[in-house]
Amino acid sequence: MTVATGPIEAALVWLNDPLNWTNPGGILDRTGEHLAISAAAVLLGCLVAWPIGLWLGHTGRGGGLVVLVANLTLAMPTLALLTILPLTFLGFGRPPVVVALAVFAIPPLLANAYTGVRAVDPEARDAARGMGFSSWQLLRRVELPLAVPYLAAGFRTAAVQVVATAALASFVNGGGLGQIIRAGFGLDIAAGGGQILAGGLLVAGLAMLVELVLALVERLVTPRPLRSRGRRAGRRAADAVSGA
Amino acid sequence: MSFRLSYRADPGNPWFSWQYVRDNSDTILAALREHTSLTLRAVLIAVLIAVPLAVAAYWFRALAGPILAVTGVLYTIPSLALFAFLAPYLGIGVVTVLTVVVLYALLVIVRNALAGLTQVPPEVREAAEGMGYGRWGRLFRIDLPLALPGILTGLRLATVSTVALVTVGVVVGQGGLGQLIFAGFQNNFYKAQIMTGTLLCVLLALVFDLALAGAGWLLTPWLRRRSAA
Repeated sequence: MTVATGPIEAALVWLNDPLNWTNPGGILDRTGEHLAISAAAVLLGCLVAWPIGLWLGHTGRGGGLVVLVANLTLAMPTLALLTILPLTFLGFGRPPVVVALAVFAIPPLLANAYTGVRAVDPEARDAARGMGFSSWQLLRRVELPLAVPYLAAGFRTAAVQVVATAALASFVNGGGLGQIIRAGFGLDIAAGGGQILAGGLLVAGLAMLVELVLALVERLVTPRPLRSRGRRAGRRAADAVSGA
Repeated sequence: MSFRLSYRADPGNPWFSWQYVRDNSDTILAALREHTSLTLRAVLIAVLIAVPLAVAAYWFRALAGPILAVTGVLYTIPSLALFAFLAPYLGIGVVTVLTVVVLYALLVIVRNALAGLTQVPPEVREAAEGMGYGRWGRLFRIDLPLALPGILTGLRLATVSTVALVTVGVVVGQGGLGQLIFAGFQNNFYKAQIMTGTLLCVLLALVFDLALAGAGWLLTPWLRRRSAA
């Protein structure tokens, strides 16, 4: 075995060991877990937040509720939800982790869905009404398609945040790449430093990768004429959430 | 920090118990004090770094892009990964927690402070120049006071998220109330302890937020008059 001189060298040594990738509980296993948990959480978040956000935007009420939800989840420690939920009817294992992460995915999804529908040109809405669209048709065939850039922006923000937060699932043995970091901290800092750093690189790398892929997806699902506007819109909605 | 915990059979609500709070008040207060001091120190350091950065970005527009980009990248790094990057160098302790939390608070404060500074009306700036204010005089007597609402917005958001983020410090054994929550989870899933830690966390965030909102109200009397009129 090579004598590692510093944490970075030790991290490279750790990453270069093929067994660390293919072992049960190795990098490949953990990445799969990480992505499965994150995907389930984002999906759950979308199922809850999008219908509510679109409906609130459609009726034009509940802007205060959106802000309230965003503020409440900002003050709620992730660690608290991760430790409380397994002790409820959800039981231990993956379901409580998925629910905890979904809670933190909801504010960006909700705010962007709400803002997206509110930002629809009132003239387009009036025109649709004039054509005899019912309230439901208006939402489904005018407001929803026009809100897609916002929905995509919210999806990206939420997904990146969930992938980043999923690392904390390791506190309750929920699996995912954070598990590698936790195991490293379980060792002595001198012995585990390389593994800790390697785990950090993997988690950060995965978050950046998801960010890049979803930026591409966001661009693809945004109709060409809306592209530059959509980007600005997404940023504005994000600012609305962060209160900027 | 070490916690001395006493457990006693307490029939009734498993999620909250005054018995637990009474028996462990020393431990709970120690964790609360730790949490408060970590948050205060982190926000103070973050402000001392972020406001000069925002002023630099305001004076030299060329710096605005890079400063926002770097703080933005820092913000996308998962918190646990940031702990993992810093712990091998800074060791297991308070310094690591403080650094991580400060790095996260930076972006929010810089962005809001810069937004506040750029919203200073140009005619006010010109009037100040016409009255003979130099660059520094204008900064301290015109720009910063007028940017105060923006800075305070950033400060409030940063403080609330810092209170929540400090709990992740359990990974290096310095999580304040997070320590209480996590110990409760490990000690046979003691629900009352987890709940007490969580409630105190949320309450602490609320108290800080209200205090800063109050400070903002006191510091910006001109906004009050305008909204009253």
